[in-house]
Amino acid sequence: MGTAATAHSMIQHAGSPTGIWSWITTTDHKRIGILYGVSAFVFFLVGGLEALIMRAQLMKADNTLVSAEAFNQLFTMHGTTMIFLAVMPLSAAFFNFVVPLQIGARDVAFPRLNAFSYWVFLLGALFLNSSFIFGAAPNGGWFGYANLTSAQYSPGMNIDFWALGLQILGIASLAAGFNFIATIINMRAPGMKMMRMPIFTWMTLVTQILVVTAFPVITVALVFLTFDRLFGTNFYNVAAGGDVLLWQHLFWLFGHPEVYIIILPTMGIVSEVLPTFSRKPLFGYAVVVYSGCLIGIIGWGVWSHHMFAVGLGPIADTYFSGMTMLIAIPTGVKIFNWIATMWGGQVRYTTSMLFAIGFVAMFIIGGISGVMHSAATSDLQQTDTYFVVAHFHYVLFGGAVMGLFAGIYYWWPKIFGRLLSEPLGKVHFWMMAIGSMVTFFPMHWIGMLGMPRRVYTYSAELGLESSNFAATIGSFIIGLSMLLFVFNIIRSVRRGPIAGRNPWGAATLEWATSSPPPVYNFSILPEVHSLHPLWTEGGVNAIPDEPPGPVHVPGGSYWPLVTAIGVIIFFLAPLLHMLWPALVGGALTVFAAFNWAFEPFEM
Amino acid sequence: MNEENAEHVHPDNKTYLFIAAILTAVTGIEFGCLYIPALAPIVAPLLLSLSAGKFVLVVGYYMHLKPDPSLFRWVFLVPLGLAAIVMLMLLGLMR
Amino acid sequence: MSNTAAAHYTSTGLDTRKIAFWTFIGSECLLFGTLISTYLVYEGRSVVGPTTQEILNLPLTTISTFVLLMSSLAMVLALAAVTSGDRKYSIVWLATTALLGLVFLGFQVVEFTEFVHEGLTISTNLFGSTFFTLTGCHGLHVAVGVIWLTTLTILAFRDKLGPEKAMNVEICGLYWHFVDVVWIVIFTVVYLLQRGGIR
Repeated sequence: MGTAATAHSMIQHAGSPTGIWSWITTTDHKRIGILYGVSAFVFFLVGGLEALIMRAQLMKADNTLVSAEAFNQLFTMHGTTMIFLAVMPLSAAFFNFVVPLQIGARDVAFPRLNAFSYWVFLLGALFLNSSFIFGAAPNGGWFGYANLTSAQYSPGMNIDFWALGLQILGIASLAAGFNFIATIINMRAPGMKMMRMPIFTWMTLVTQILVVTAFPVITVALVFLTFDRLFGTNFYNVAAGGDVLLWQHLFWLFGHPEVYIIILPTMGIVSEVLPTFSRKPLFGYAVVVYSGCLIGIIGWGVWSHHMFAVGLGPIADTYFSGMTMLIAIPTGVKIFNWIATMWGGQVRYTTSMLFAIGFVAMFIIGGISGVMHSAATSDLQQTDTYFVVAHFHYVLFGGAVMGLFAGIYYWWPKIFGRLLSEPLGKVHFWMMAIGSMVTFFPMHWIGMLGMPRRVYTYSAELGLESSNFAATIGSFIIGLSMLLFVFNIIRSVRRGPIAGRNPWGAATLEWATSSPPPVYNFSILPEVHSLHPLWTEGGVNAIPDEPPGPVHVPGGSYWPLVTAIGVIIFFLAPLLHMLWPALVGGALTVFAAFNWAFEPFEM
Repeated sequence: MNEENAEHVHPDNKTYLFIAAILTAVTGIEFGCLYIPALAPIVAPLLLSLSAGKFVLVVGYYMHLKPDPSLFRWVFLVPLGLAAIVMLMLLGLMR
Repeated sequence: MSNTAAAHYTSTGLDTRKIAFWTFIGSECLLFGTLISTYLVYEGRSVVGPTTQEILNLPLTTISTFVLLMSSLAMVLALAAVTSGDRKYSIVWLATTALLGLVFLGFQVVEFTEFVHEGLTISTNLFGSTFFTLTGCHGLHVAVGVIWLTTLTILAFRDKLGPEKAMNVEICGLYWHFVDVVWIVIFTVVYLLQRGGIR
């Protein structure tokens, strides 16, 4: 295939090219969104499998299903996979597909950079998981504390896979961050003022700002780790005067904004779903926006609440306790606004709505245990126990994952043009909700009664076997619910009912296009006059089915993929302790980047 | 913003040369400071102020941030401020 | 709005690439901020030498700092030349900027080599680790800038860098000045303010 010049087309109607090559070279945000979604879901299942194996091991006391070393790899990869390869990219799937449509744009600011982000993500995810083939999956926890991760205490390749894999994924996230910030600031349709943007787009903006500010910190922390392991530097070397706490500070300076990077988009999804199915505008739109921004800002100031047990001293502990408690305020405000949205509305309990309500309920529970952790004094008892595991699974699984499923059921018709089965969806929801409660609620008291985190087995004398057994049963219920969901998807793609433009009667711009949208999104540029364009008379101009004149659609390009391949090859060098991949990968990256820069490509 | 407006607001080459002269002079002064024993007690704040001055000149005029629309100022100053606060907090926590 | 107008519509009236690039610069503030913070946290904590006072060459580095500052001057002159369509001076000033950047890198190479001879490598002590990583990262950024500037110089030579391409040069300028500004901070914090010594 030639350069983009030969693939330019002036399109009058909706069609997209088909075939694998068109997907490999795509720069269309909708396709990239689908690619993210499919990949992320596959890795979600992988992470889920890792969880199920762990739960099977923990089902009985003194169990011997997996070894301690295998268990270390499982919990490390489960956490790393779920955070970086499942939840974040699932959110990215929605950023990609939905945000340009919600702001009335034809694509993101830099379509090829967008494709680059996806390919780097995919190759990074494969890089990380290829560690299993070498029997050297990361085993130092998803947070990789120094100096366990040093060459001395982790001599194998496990930690190298982890550090380098995360570095690669960071590149993808950063590139996407710049892209979406520029898109949201500068590509909104006429009349789409900032305070008319849908909450999902607002939360995407705050999230991306967190990404571009927090990821550089972990980039540096990982460089220090890799240099220590590879070149014998002394960043985390106590004997040379280094401080292992430097790692913890740098990691959590990234890590805490990271959890808001995870939750804010899903809060945005819920803020779309609840009003639609309550037939009522979001209660307190402006306050919800400000709360989201405040969460992002305060989220930068609380990182050492992950470090209450390291001996920071009373002043530091007090400050971080206080700030952490403070962040509960804007969070609580959002929850009250969501509840107030539903109150007095004509609520329709579709699957998407059930997941959104489930999000609110589970997030409240997770938030309560979170506030219990914020007090440094009680946290000294709770830290490193299953009480913490309970907390973050309530907010991450009961929260983020449910929120993402709310988004999947909500936007599926828009993306694929067909509806998912509601009855199957509802069974999925209830199985998942009940499964989560059965899995994670017991973890509160399991932790309080003394079971530590990250242990591959426990003694029968603790008396926790029946609770652990229950948790395992719950996890398998969740697993089964996923199978049901997969069945629902396959059925919908084949013979789901046709969705039409706006099956839910929602208010925002993406529902003004056909389902799926034409490749150019809007036949004419929308002009927006309302916060709820489709619920307001004259809220947006009429969007005709066919564009009045030919629409230029940028063609595809393979340079983003080639550049991504160059990056991965480069990272083989520190992994394998060889120089040539750095030279080859570096050269390929530069070569591909130059071609990318100079190929003709017009928006 | 169209090109014509941007050009009216651009400093001209003479201004750029003048700023370059200031930058050179300040760098010289910074170097010289270190060899004047009388300044020893205040040398740290003095050097920090002088460098801050150079920073502001380059960012404000060479990077055009001062005449440019305020959006760019926010996009730069917020992360810069964040980095500065994080730096101070790390120094406080780890030293 | 016609489709061609739609393709060029922006919400702020500002160039999207410029917005994206300032965002990138903001992100880089966190990157260098973390490196500089680490340097400062670890300053004076090396268990063995050599450290700052024994090894840093202040006069030499003051000169290289001056070189980098002058390269920023060359850069703004280059942008002015491109904006006004002056082909000759576009080439002259872009090439000068790249050359001065290269000279700066030359100074760095000389300095690093000298340090290694005097027994300071990246793994010798804390100072070696933090110093070489920080200044090495900065040097890498300068090198990328030199490649970028060389590319622009060649484009100008081939008559492909007219005033309509001024934004490309402006963005390269933003990058270059930022790299200069980071050096101002590093020069002050590492070289001028050295308290150093072994713990």
